[in-house]
Amino acid sequence: MKQITAVNDFVVRFANVNGTGSASANTLFAKTIFRMGIPVTPKNIFPSNIQGLPTWYEVRISEKGYLGRRDGVDVMVSVNPQSMRQDVDAVKPGGYFVYDSTKPLRADFFRDDLHYIGVPMTELCMQVFSDARKIQLFKNIVYVGALAVLLDMDVAVLRDTIAAQFKGKDKLIEANYQALDLGMNYIREHYEYPIGLRLETRDLVGDKIIVDGNTACALGALYGGATVAAWYPITPSTSIMDAFEKYALKHRLDPTGRKKFAIIQAEDELSSIGMVIGAAWNGARAFTSTSGPGVSLMSEFLGLAYFAEIPVVLVNVQRGGPSTGMPTRTQQADILSSAYASHGDTRHVLLFPDTPKECFDFTADAFDLADRLQTPIFVMTDLDLGMNDHMSEPFDWHDARPYDRGKVLTAEDLDNVEQWGRYLDVDGDGIPYRTIPGTHAKKGSYFTRGTSHDEFARYTESSDAYVRNVDRLLVKWDTAKNITPAPELYQDGKRSPFGMLFFGTTTASALEAKDELEADGLILDAIRLRACPFDETVEVFIHGHESIFVVEQNRDAQMRSLLINEMNINPAKLIPVLNYDGMPITADYIAQSIRTHFA
Amino acid sequence: MSYILPPFRHPDLPTNELGFARKDYEGALSTLCAGCGHDSISSAIIQACYEMNIEPHRLAKLSGIGCSSKTPAYFLGNSHGFNSVHGRMPSVATGANLANRQLLYLGVSGDGDSASIGIGQFVHAIRRNLNIVYIVMNNGCYGLTKGQDSATADAGSVSKKGHANPFTAINMTALAIEMGANFVARSFSGDKHQLIPLIKAAMNHPGFALIDVVSPCVTFNNNVGSTKSYDFVREHKEATSEFDFVPEHDEITADYAEGSSLDVAMHDGSIIHLSKVAKGWDPRNRFSALSALNNAEQRGEILTGLLFVHPEGRDLHSVFHTVEAPLNSLQEKDLCPGKGVLAQINDSFR
Ligand SMILES: Cc1ncc(C[n+]2csc(CCOP(=O)(O)OP(=O)(O)O)c2C)c(N)n1
Ligand code: SF4
Ligand SMILES: [Mg+2]
Repeated sequence: MKQITAVNDFVVRFANVNGTGSASANTLFAKTIFRMGIPVTPKNIFPSNIQGLPTWYEVRISEKGYLGRRDGVDVMVSVNPQSMRQDVDAVKPGGYFVYDSTKPLRADFFRDDLHYIGVPMTELCMQVFSDARKIQLFKNIVYVGALAVLLDMDVAVLRDTIAAQFKGKDKLIEANYQALDLGMNYIREHYEYPIGLRLETRDLVGDKIIVDGNTACALGALYGGATVAAWYPITPSTSIMDAFEKYALKHRLDPTGRKKFAIIQAEDELSSIGMVIGAAWNGARAFTSTSGPGVSLMSEFLGLAYFAEIPVVLVNVQRGGPSTGMPTRTQQADILSSAYASHGDTRHVLLFPDTPKECFDFTADAFDLADRLQTPIFVMTDLDLGMNDHMSEPFDWHDARPYDRGKVLTAEDLDNVEQWGRYLDVDGDGIPYRTIPGTHAKKGSYFTRGTSHDEFARYTESSDAYVRNVDRLLVKWDTAKNITPAPELYQDGKRSPFGMLFFGTTTASALEAKDELEADGLILDAIRLRACPFDETVEVFIHGHESIFVVEQNRDAQMRSLLINEMNINPAKLIPVLNYDGMPITADYIAQSIRTHFA
Repeated sequence: MSYILPPFRHPDLPTNELGFARKDYEGALSTLCAGCGHDSISSAIIQACYEMNIEPHRLAKLSGIGCSSKTPAYFLGNSHGFNSVHGRMPSVATGANLANRQLLYLGVSGDGDSASIGIGQFVHAIRRNLNIVYIVMNNGCYGLTKGQDSATADAGSVSKKGHANPFTAINMTALAIEMGANFVARSFSGDKHQLIPLIKAAMNHPGFALIDVVSPCVTFNNNVGSTKSYDFVREHKEATSEFDFVPEHDEITADYAEGSSLDVAMHDGSIIHLSKVAKGWDPRNRFSALSALNNAEQRGEILTGLLFVHPEGRDLHSVFHTVEAPLNSLQEKDLCPGKGVLAQINDSFR
């Protein structure tokens, strides 16, 4: 029978039941590979459920450093009877099926092109552990032990990783070691090992870290000086506030234990964005984190913030459409609804990080940008980036970095300025000077409102004043082009008449597809968007290529529409490559779509 | 207002202890209908702030949308203000308060703004004991959109269009007491004598302070059959007591009749003095306040004055245990953990 063989280049999928403690065992597996110096990308595929439904964890190991999702499963670790049928079917011919053999596998689950490795995980645990919860928990460690031997993992690194994970809880560490041994010994006694797939220690991760994007955004907010955080729980954004609170409690207390921050769980997103607007109006750095449905509710307020020119930072961790179910899958499907959120002529600055490092940087930068531009800034991540661990450059910070609070007048400034108008464009960049309540006893107060104001914040319903104001906001929009993160180009000059454009979590798979196509002789130039509004580089790139494949994860080619809307380009040049099934896009899919176009 | 013209002030105008004239607390010229109750409330706010020696720039006024929510343009022109969106002022005020706990916050809303579209934010701000003076200018209708019934219109009350409102009214004061507000009052725009001291006491209360002010809409809801018309309110209002607020540094001089009077000490030593106290009503007891409201309603009367007060209670900042300094004053050195800590954090992800 065929046997898949590879070193450091395969996919392992774990099929578990939600809420049975598998997450920490699976993370342990991925982390150990990372610590063996091998590039690794784990991804959760989880249900909208707390306990009981099937959940999967997929680990891609790639010596070449490809970090996108790859189609096809080489090793399945299946401990969930509910999903076993589909788990059997998911494995590539010649692959391996590791399962809990405490109960015999149903006859019809045997395929003749798979290698079956039964490990009586429950039974082994019952011999050692007494209560049911422990048996359920350590079963997961038993399969990690089995995999360690099957894949020839570095057991010392594995044990160290356990010790680090449960630091200070010696009893727990011992129990984990015990469970690990159960799995390892069982394989050693009953099977030939290693199998065709092996892990070999390398030195390919350098000083990289492995972390999820939500934690990175939270740290960005902490370093960026956020003091007011208002939110309403929604997957997949919730862990941003969890992490923000965790780090703030560690690093933001005064010597007496009082908090230099306030986190408020609002009654809904209408309120959470209102709180952010109120705090930012009053001079604090404030942010919220949410997902598509939350942005929908925030929409009215976002229009007010745009017109009243209030700095707002909003992290939008995108997910699938309404209700529950698909929402625990990933998509990049809020591009248009975020860019143009609200009524009237509004448009918003969007940032598109592609790694945890950029989540950190862009969230911290978002506070500077919001203050400088006096407008809402959206940090656009998604479930894949936010909730999955990703290998990333480490976070960095310069201690001398000041917070750029933008054009805020102090009491002294107010004493010295001759004429001040809240909405007066003094510098020609469309950005006026603002004042914070409480600054000066006699000067600088004004009544903040939406559209109906003149340069001096006086109420007016004059058409001219309105037009002057919204036209100035366009000047500001142009200014934003020069101070938001520039796009990344992946070549010097032009190598091909064809281009590829992508952003965010599509990046890793797009770059892999680009390599794949290049190996076939099809060269593509590539650009990664990092912000909207689009700067000149984007326009030059699009004008400079015959056709550009716009790769994104939504049905309606939303980024393509945004490009067409924002720039003067021929829509026919932009060819959509779309994935919207809720699973992270793969390189194979992208390459195949592009090949089809040339066929 | 942005300053273009320095306000002219006559040198002989009387001033308060801070040297501000009453004029310094005024705002732009009102554009409301002549006779609108809201204008009288604005004037009471101006007077209360003048008498309370408020530094205009230490007060922030916030509102939603409606005729009532426009009024912050017509008072306290030297204070920062925020005319937000319909029904959402409480959230903006919450954020503002979190950013700077040292300012005084004055929220102004309408019955449409707070009892319909914004009722969610209204009750949640109360639950959190946001430190704010919250004035509802209550006319039983949507003035700005031309007189539709609001959720505070009494069942059976007839609007200018001639229809009797078929739905139950929401009583903002009872709702606030239920939700745990520690200072709840009701007044009438036409009763300055009662309203001004109520506003002063509310400003002194360290938490959510609601004043529901019945404020007739002369244009859409001042007709016969309306229970929010000037005539009806004048005939049917019934005070819980005479109300007086004595700031902490004033000496108590007035001589009140024994037996029917009651003093409530506030957190800073100020005193709320109540006289001619209604029988069976104890303003320090929630249930007594609710039952007084209920009894008045049964009689078809509008109970005004202080309804309930509990001078203690932890506001949102105490609950959150935030630092004394305003959060908006904290700088890089206070907020940023620095490169060294980040290196450790990086290590935890390896
Ligand atoms: C989201 C939204 N819906 C509707 C409106 C229209 N609108 C403006 S004011 C108002 C009602 C105001 O009533 P109230 O708060 O009682 O104020 P009043 O004018 O009576 O003082 C409505 C419905 C709006 N501004 N925003
Ligand atoms: S419509 Fe009614 S509430 Fe509005 S200003 Fe006129 S009288 Fe006042
Ligand atoms: Mg009204």
